Amino acid sequence: MTQKLKHSQRDEDIFVKALAARRHHRLAPVVLLLLALLTTGGIYAALAPSTAKAETVSTADIETGKKLFQANCATCHGPDAEGTDGVPSLVGVGAAAVDFQVSTGRMPMQMTGPQAQAKPAQFNEEQTAALAGYVASLGAGPAIPTDEQVDPALGDASNGMALFRTNCAMCHNAVGAGGALSEGKFAPALWETSPRNIYQAMLTGPQSMPVFNDANITPDEKRDIVSFLVEQREGSAGGNALGALGPVSEGLWAFAIGLGLLIGAAVWIGAKSS
Amino acid sequence: MSTATHDTKREAPAEPTTPVGKAADYLDQRTTIGVLVKEFARKVFPDHWSFMLGEIALFSFVVLIASGFFLTMFFEPSMALTTYEGEHPANMHGQLMSVAFSSTLEMSFEVRGGLLMRQIHHWSALIFMASIVVHMMRVFFTGAFRKPREINWIVGILLMILGLGAGFTGYSLPDDVLSGNGLRITDGVVKSIPLIGSPLSYFIFGGEFPGHHIVPRLFTLHIFVIPGLLLALIALHLFLMVLQKHTQYPGGGRTDKNVVGYPAAPVYVAKMTGNFFIIAGVLTLMGATMSINNVWNYGPFDPSPVSAGAQPDWYMLFLEGSLRLMPGQGTEWVIFGYTLPLNVLVPAVVIPGILFTFLIVYPFLEARVTGDKREHHVLDRPRNKPARTGLGVGFLAAFIILALAGSNDLIATHFGLSINSITWVFRILFFVGPVFAYYITKRICLGLQRKDRELVLHGHESGRIVRFANGEYIEVHTPLDEQERWLRVNYEAPAPLEIAPKTDARGVKRKGYASDKRWQGLSRFFYEDRVAPVSPAEVEAAHSHGEHDQLDGSERQAVEAGAGSTSREH
Repeated sequence: MTQKLKHSQRDEDIFVKALAARRHHRLAPVVLLLLALLTTGGIYAALAPSTAKAETVSTADIETGKKLFQANCATCHGPDAEGTDGVPSLVGVGAAAVDFQVSTGRMPMQMTGPQAQAKPAQFNEEQTAALAGYVASLGAGPAIPTDEQVDPALGDASNGMALFRTNCAMCHNAVGAGGALSEGKFAPALWETSPRNIYQAMLTGPQSMPVFNDANITPDEKRDIVSFLVEQREGSAGGNALGALGPVSEGLWAFAIGLGLLIGAAVWIGAKSS
Repeated sequence: MSTATHDTKREAPAEPTTPVGKAADYLDQRTTIGVLVKEFARKVFPDHWSFMLGEIALFSFVVLIASGFFLTMFFEPSMALTTYEGEHPANMHGQLMSVAFSSTLEMSFEVRGGLLMRQIHHWSALIFMASIVVHMMRVFFTGAFRKPREINWIVGILLMILGLGAGFTGYSLPDDVLSGNGLRITDGVVKSIPLIGSPLSYFIFGGEFPGHHIVPRLFTLHIFVIPGLLLALIALHLFLMVLQKHTQYPGGGRTDKNVVGYPAAPVYVAKMTGNFFIIAGVLTLMGATMSINNVWNYGPFDPSPVSAGAQPDWYMLFLEGSLRLMPGQGTEWVIFGYTLPLNVLVPAVVIPGILFTFLIVYPFLEARVTGDKREHHVLDRPRNKPARTGLGVGFLAAFIILALAGSNDLIATHFGLSINSITWVFRILFFVGPVFAYYITKRICLGLQRKDRELVLHGHESGRIVRFANGEYIEVHTPLDEQERWLRVNYEAPAPLEIAPKTDARGVKRKGYASDKRWQGLSRFFYEDRVAPVSPAEVEAAHSHGEHDQLDGSERQAVEAGAGSTSREH
């Protein structure tokens, strides 16, 4: 039995090898890889969730949102989202506020503290949209911005810089590296924040941040600010940005690297050759 | 070249044959410089890596001059307004700014190598100040400021203050938001000086802050007045160093009357040249790879915005910290219609005043409480002057605490702390920390001195345990060699001043007794706790009552001698 199996296997091996030798072209793996990439990319493009979702929230979604809300948020914000002691009412905050808080993971809150911390989002995009739809249905408020509204490529970084410097830099640092506020609160760094979330934060003023409504900073100007911030992520012209934290980090590096190397060299030069 | 000169001179009438020799001879026949070169080339300097800290400062100053020379070719110190037309950086295009700021941008983005030069210049400035401070620490802790070098110590302090001035004026030139904030604070500090404050501020800024004059004025100071003074004082500093000869660390054969080391040529000529290239190389590398002071991040100066994380360069950070720590409420007094803003005056004028006064006065103070009028050329080991070392560490602790307080917002965000709590902790630490640092350092020094005594008297622990015939165990100690012993016994532990009695022989009160008494009190503070060096008699005694030397030489001998007289290690 085993003898026979072995035999047939060997036959097959020879056959496959012969076939393979004729079929394999040197570039075959490359072609295969390209095909695979194309297929995956195509499927992703077809199935990827569209981001322009806020406008079309069905009644069913609102129902889902309500259920999610009651299960996850009502403990603090109350069963009708009208708030409880020390917890704000969500009537009229709009979809933008919910999308910002939930998609950045700040809500549901991990723990009480000086301020809600960002963490990996607890809900997926559909659930977030449903929650946002539900809260938006409670009272009119700012809607989630469209992709075009937050597209950094369409903004004017120079104007954004001027606006950011006047309105935002005192808390968020000149290029958005973040800064301290009182009693353990802080303005977060903006290196990783998505353009949509930056826009929403300006629109809704989460936590200690003031609201910059559309009369204060127009939607175009908000996009300019987004454009400026995204441009900062390309890094510094002069080399490593050292965290863009200003003279304190520069001083630390001057001592750690500069003086460290030079004193090391002095010790080396001063060492006795014997 | 220098060696060639004196060689040709010495081997007398023979004509020089090499091109270098000919050139040197040509020069020497016209200037007789050979005498000087010969003298200097033979001059002996002691060797130690810590003597090169000042060299780091000197050579980073050379780099500063060279890169600064380049920058002045492109910088326009004008506060006239202009619109920036350059494409880079994109966030500055089309903005209204001063000519000073736009020329800084153009120098960084349009001029080939301009940004590199700017960054080298700025990093060099940070390293210049850092090496000055570390060099000062070396001089302070080893007592190199003692007679005859008090004057050079003061020249050094002036150099440091001028360095601060150079840094501050240069930092303010680009006319960006960050440096403008710094100038605003300066303006506030100047205005806080009672009576003359406001007129003085108007005098400095040519009117109300910011005005149109400050950048050109700072420019003149930065490229002409301060570097000129720096150069002159550096020359004096080095001249005095050569004239008074360099100090040396204690060691066998080194006394206050000799210098043990190598000749300037060729040893130090080679070492210094090498060090110069290393320093210039490291500074260039820093300028090439690490961005510093990206002024386009802050934007052109406008009095309204202040960004988070606005701090001065590190050497000014202690002033920023003392301003941040000072409580604002209840510290601004109005007397007869004049405002006395203690909330600014104390942290920005009094605190640095205390620091600089301490530095200037210290050599004279120490000489007075020591009753010491002799020359010193052999350095102290820091442990052998516990009070001095403690005071130095105490002041350093205060400086560091203030610098950290100046970074309190970054500490808050990076360690997830409350900025209010940090401020309170630093307020308390500023008073408690230095005292604590003084005390701990002094105790450590005294402990190390006792350890030295122990070593001299009993030798190194060898880890060899010997059992005697009668069952007793001892550990064999290796005696110190001559060099080791010299290092540990050859120092002075001054006793507190002794003063004449209150009344003279006839019971009449002595004039000046009260003052003497105060000096004695201060002297006690310095020298009450002291560990005297081991005297030759003590070494003798230790060796005669113990058998360590014999034991080390030959174990058998010791065993034969019996264990009775061998001291047990306690």
